[in-house]
Amino acid sequence: MQTRLPILFFALVMAAIPFVPGMPPFWIVLLDNIGLAALVAMGLVLLTGVGGLTSFGQAAFVGFGAYTTAVLSTAYGLSPWLTLPLSLLVSGLFSVLLGLITVRLSGHYLPLGTLAWGLGLFYLFSKLEFLGRNDGISAIPPLSIGSFKMLDPGSIYYAVWAAVILSALVTMNLLDSRTGRAIRALRRGHVAAEAFGVHTPRAKLLVFIHAAVLAGLSGWLYAHMQRAVNPTPFGAQAGIEYLFIAVVGGAGYVWGGVLGAAIVVILKEVLQSYLPLILPGSGQVETIVFGIMLVALLQLAPGGVWPWLMSFLPQKANGKKPDTSLTLPARARAPGQGNVLLQVEKARKQFGGVIAVNNVSFDVQAREIVALIGPNGAGKSTTFNLITGVLSATSGSISVLGRKVDKAPPQEIVKLGISRTFQHVKLVPDMTVFENVAIGAHLRGHSGPVSSMLRLDRADEAKLLAEAARQIERVGLADQMHQLAGSLSLGQQRIVEIARALCVDPMLLLLDEPAAGLRHMEKQRLAALLRELRDGGMSVLLVEHDMGFVMNLADRIVVLDFGTKIAEGTPATIKTNPEVIKAYLGVAA
Amino acid sequence: MNTTILLFLVQDGITNGAIYALLGLALVLVFAVTRVILIPQGEFVTYGALTYASLASGQMPGTAKLALAMGIVAFAFDLVAARKALHGRLIARSFLTNIVLPGIVLAVTLYFAGQKPPVAVSMALSLVIVALIGLSLYRIVFQPLAHTSVLVLLIASVGVHLALQGLGLLFFGAEGQRGPAVLSTAFTAGSLRFTGQSITVYGITIAFIVGLWLFFGLTLYGKALRATAVNRLGARLAGIRTTLSGQIAFLLASVIGALSGILIVPITTLYYDSGFLIGLKGFVAAIIGGLVSYPLTAAAALVVGLVEAFSSFYASNYKEVIVFMLLIPVLLLRSFAAPAVEEEKD
Repeated sequence: MQTRLPILFFALVMAAIPFVPGMPPFWIVLLDNIGLAALVAMGLVLLTGVGGLTSFGQAAFVGFGAYTTAVLSTAYGLSPWLTLPLSLLVSGLFSVLLGLITVRLSGHYLPLGTLAWGLGLFYLFSKLEFLGRNDGISAIPPLSIGSFKMLDPGSIYYAVWAAVILSALVTMNLLDSRTGRAIRALRRGHVAAEAFGVHTPRAKLLVFIHAAVLAGLSGWLYAHMQRAVNPTPFGAQAGIEYLFIAVVGGAGYVWGGVLGAAIVVILKEVLQSYLPLILPGSGQVETIVFGIMLVALLQLAPGGVWPWLMSFLPQKANGKKPDTSLTLPARARAPGQGNVLLQVEKARKQFGGVIAVNNVSFDVQAREIVALIGPNGAGKSTTFNLITGVLSATSGSISVLGRKVDKAPPQEIVKLGISRTFQHVKLVPDMTVFENVAIGAHLRGHSGPVSSMLRLDRADEAKLLAEAARQIERVGLADQMHQLAGSLSLGQQRIVEIARALCVDPMLLLLDEPAAGLRHMEKQRLAALLRELRDGGMSVLLVEHDMGFVMNLADRIVVLDFGTKIAEGTPATIKTNPEVIKAYLGVAA
Repeated sequence: MNTTILLFLVQDGITNGAIYALLGLALVLVFAVTRVILIPQGEFVTYGALTYASLASGQMPGTAKLALAMGIVAFAFDLVAARKALHGRLIARSFLTNIVLPGIVLAVTLYFAGQKPPVAVSMALSLVIVALIGLSLYRIVFQPLAHTSVLVLLIASVGVHLALQGLGLLFFGAEGQRGPAVLSTAFTAGSLRFTGQSITVYGITIAFIVGLWLFFGLTLYGKALRATAVNRLGARLAGIRTTLSGQIAFLLASVIGALSGILIVPITTLYYDSGFLIGLKGFVAAIIGGLVSYPLTAAAALVVGLVEAFSSFYASNYKEVIVFMLLIPVLLLRSFAAPAVEEEKD
């Protein structure tokens, strides 16, 4: 993704700041606070901006981190370095618990749910005896290395910013990996990601834990910096504030979290110290101005400040070409011609009183192109969803190579070697074509989140990327590889979806209206590609409305009308079938 | 525990629950129509309550001036938005609603402020003032952001909450206030004493729920609002002005909020920052109702009120913990029954 050079430079600048002569110690305190907030905001960037899960409850995880070390280092006299892993563990464990409940909530329940348990935990912190109730816990020992105690803000500064920079690196590594792509696909709904084997609830839980652990780290640092904790900084207000730090900075960007923290902390400080001079008088004038400025900022830059700033930098062509000589192990090819790959038997799907698919039976054999045609609303896409496990059939059965897969979820179907494209393109528009296609190879990689964070996944990753690059070249989009998927024409996006499906190394490719939006030459190229794939041993089942395209390409055609199969046969027989003509054109009066 | 305490707690719970139901309904309404999670709903409550209490005790509430100030800003926004094509009629209308109306209200408030007006006058003035603030709020903050994501709207909503709460401190001071009862009669039935105030709370809540039901079921505007809630783009294509829907939603929410405030302030002392927590309990009810169902929200609000009443009796320290943790089992249930349908976001 990005080169490491700017980060190294940033780290050096941050390390040098305390040595600037005449640097007011107060500024260092401010920087400490920015660092602490940035840690939490960074977790929120991943959770909210990238993963699309809005959480108001992060302050509670900061609280878990802070209280864990506060209790253990005062009441039990544990060394702060020993409590660090424990603080992270406690935050992590609670996030698993709360995450299991919360992350499956969709859309707007999620932020409200987090707000509710955030508040509940805040009251719990302030009522529990062993946490010192509202007074909290004081006399927490400082961090120390040997006999050096980090008592003043200038010395803990290094601990804080080392944590920020390391966390940023780890988070960016995670995003730029197999797991990261799965996380980045979450925001656009789960159907596409699951069709390529991503276990979406698990991916959501993962970002939830990551964000909570970063918050716990911030809490641990906070406890040893303040050397006292009380419930106030872990309440709902703080949770809300962390979220708007992330949004103001640019919720999709790791450094946006850091920038947002700087903006908000400094803004609050300036308002608190200067406003009373301009507007003397009672009360919270700074809160009023702060709230108004926040709204103004959002109206001016709804995407956040970081992307707005970045748009002034010259765009670098981010086009390192992967080494396509690396290969992934191929799937055992399907047996020769004539064997049944997919068998659909009396499949039926009812939505309430509507029978979308009515006892449809057909099969797809090895090395065969089968077309599923029919007027709009005939049940073609529903049949696709039944086969790929997005919907489960009301009755009837579907088997792959003789194995029944009626109740299997999409993630299992794709493992069997069936991959698909969607009628309504489901790409992640703000990821490049290359990254989108690489999601297709998800199941063919093995690196988990931890190895991704530590950059131990590179060998595995290189192979996945090589496969993605190969498939992009194969479908003829090599020139668009590093463009954002959202910037392509709709027809090209459909081709990207085919490349993504090919990354699965499928036995059977399901294409939902692949030729829609393509020009004549592009259609011919697509037909040629599909023939080549068939000759290479793959089967294709496609839904298509372009009759010229279908008749020239398909080996066999299945015709649906109002959910019922009305004909099946070679293109030549279908063309003259009276039932089919009636369904498409109606009957002459 | 004896029956008297039990009945008392139930009564207390239902009174609070009725208020939460009103607030929950308003939250559902605003969210469905504008996608804004209305955190400043709590400020509508405190503004309504404290404006009412200030008027009743013969003070001049600052909110009347705020309504005019926000009206002026809203008018400026209208002017800027219409700068390419200045239509005399539109400008005149904006001038009337944003400047003339709050101006008149301010004048009336000034006239009555010194002389402890009757309860009905204080109530009406408070409602109008808060309604005007709610209307301008939509114009200034949320209408320009209408195209953005739920998250951005949410953060803006937080910003508004902070600003309004700060202003609340400025207007009403840090001292808590109580207002006079709307109805001061009382009667006893058996061992239970019903105050006129609690009867008013029940009556108004029921009237509002029925009113909203009729509004959404029978009137054209109500149907337009529902259409906007279901599909924004579709509603626009059908000729419904989504801006108007947003305005109506905010108007209703601010009136409901202020009314709730006026109903509680004779029962409990309210501070400038009390609204947030009250609003949040409305949220809890709204979430349980799934942010879509009005009857479920109303029922959930009663449960929240009852749980609060009982937990404040048995474990008053953990009252808030219990109320907010009430959500967890509900969320659990919802997550087990999670729908498998695809949501197209953004």
